[in-house]
Amino acid sequence: MIVNRRETLIGRTLLVLLMVITVVPFISLFVTALHPSGTYPDGLSWPDSPQWGNFADAFRSARMGELLLSSALIVAGVVPVSLLLGTMAGFAFGHLRMPGHRIGFLIFVLGLTLPFEGIITPLYYQIRDMGLLNTRWAIILPLIGLFMPFSVLWMRAHFVTMPEDLSEAARLDGAGTWQLFRHVHVPLARPALSSLAILLFLWTWNQFLLAIVLVDDPAKRTMAGALGAFQGQWGTDIPLLCAGSLLILAPTLAVFLIFQRRFVAALLQGSLKG
Amino acid sequence: MATRTGSARPGRRTRRPGAWLGWLFAAPAAIMYAVFVLRPLLLTVQYSFYDWNGIGASTWVGLQNYTRLFTEPEQLATILHAFELILFFSLIPVTLGLFVAATIRGIATSRLALVARTVLFLPQVIPLVAAGIMWTWLLSTTGLANELLSAVGLQGVTRAWLGDFSTALPAVGVIGAWVLVGLCTLLLLAGMSKIDPALYESARLDGAGPIREFFAITLPSLRQEIGVCVTVTVIAALASFDIVYIATQGGPGNSTMVPGLEIFYLAFSEREVGQASALAVVLVLLVLVCVLPIQRFTRDGNR
Repeated sequence: MIVNRRETLIGRTLLVLLMVITVVPFISLFVTALHPSGTYPDGLSWPDSPQWGNFADAFRSARMGELLLSSALIVAGVVPVSLLLGTMAGFAFGHLRMPGHRIGFLIFVLGLTLPFEGIITPLYYQIRDMGLLNTRWAIILPLIGLFMPFSVLWMRAHFVTMPEDLSEAARLDGAGTWQLFRHVHVPLARPALSSLAILLFLWTWNQFLLAIVLVDDPAKRTMAGALGAFQGQWGTDIPLLCAGSLLILAPTLAVFLIFQRRFVAALLQGSLKG
Repeated sequence: MATRTGSARPGRRTRRPGAWLGWLFAAPAAIMYAVFVLRPLLLTVQYSFYDWNGIGASTWVGLQNYTRLFTEPEQLATILHAFELILFFSLIPVTLGLFVAATIRGIATSRLALVARTVLFLPQVIPLVAAGIMWTWLLSTTGLANELLSAVGLQGVTRAWLGDFSTALPAVGVIGAWVLVGLCTLLLLAGMSKIDPALYESARLDGAGPIREFFAITLPSLRQEIGVCVTVTVIAALASFDIVYIATQGGPGNSTMVPGLEIFYLAFSEREVGQASALAVVLVLLVLVCVLPIQRFTRDGNR
């Protein structure tokens, strides 16, 4: 490729600049968290004596253990069910193509751009009437529904690329539709499923609106929802608030860094499909 | 690509036994979607025609909630704020992303670019609420932003950026831009990597400079990726909630009140369920009106 050196240099400088801008807020959060609690530290100054204890304090008063468990329970409720239902419907719309599949799929796709605020009010009354307010079900069940358009779209996109011959061969061997799905198509869909699982995990963990509207007790919310409550609790104690925020975003950051390749691929594809 | 059935596979159209079986597979997803999305959506429309405090009896008021929305300056301002945020959430990340991606295109496979792929995604991975908290601190009176300004001799302009009537909304916009610029840059870079390098080589041999090259080759080839970036970011701007809730709570005054937040307050603090629902309907329609034309323009029938 013919690119002159000056352009490459400008390119690199720009990229580094963009990375610095991305990272500085994280660094600022981190150094601020190390200052004595109750102070208003200056910008990016390193404290004279770093207060590592702030993290322990924040961990305790945020009841981080409970929060992690709560978020994990919510994720465990949302992600597997969304994957299963999304895959079954994606298989139906992408592969079985029963009569009326076009219109059915279209109705799903319409939900793709729906802002959650658009349905939050009736959802509150519906969840109240179901007697589920203040339980984790209040977050889990609506999220499964709200993620359905994307999950179905994602899995359908996978299944339409699967060759028909594969199913015909299995059927000749006497497989029913369910066996065909369970033993032939689900194993082949593994890459699509794992990317979808990553995205659903992230969106569930970071869900804020449903958590603050439908659940009052921060210990029964998602991580992001709990963070909202702490801002009120520690709003004036900047170092402790920063330490708490870091603890709360640490799990997603850790998962991201461990599975970064998959994550980046999933995030890129995810926005392309959405 | 999905091959349409038609003449190639005649057996597909003649009714196979169990052709309806697919609906059994789709049913559980459809039920969840209907109960937790479609039903509430229809109820939102229904509520929007009533005056209801959420507890007592409701009264039919026709279009009154909607007329209030467009005649009361305070309500209308909410919608206008959302459009102002589009400039920050969408226009800045997409143009900046295009500019940066085009400039770094040549090094897309270098080690630096590989690291950048991880780093630039960081804001996408953390909760928006955390982004809000970080930036609230950065933009506060004693925060880093003011510190830097003072360091270069601009003490005069320092202020509490999120607490000032004239700067609060742009400050919220900056947070959104920070969240979205990395995603846009990387999406556009991925799109560029699919462009045939031969195109660039021949352009260079024909004596095209970087600017000609950008407008003649890069921009037209990125139609789909640009469409995706605009769609994602416009929805993020119109439906913004988390960042505003944390950073300003709509204040000072009403200067950063956006539809998402206003729906929340109307429904759950002020108990004006009808009014909240009317705004929710308008928000859903706004998103559709903004997003559907972009989709039409970018998917030139190949998906």
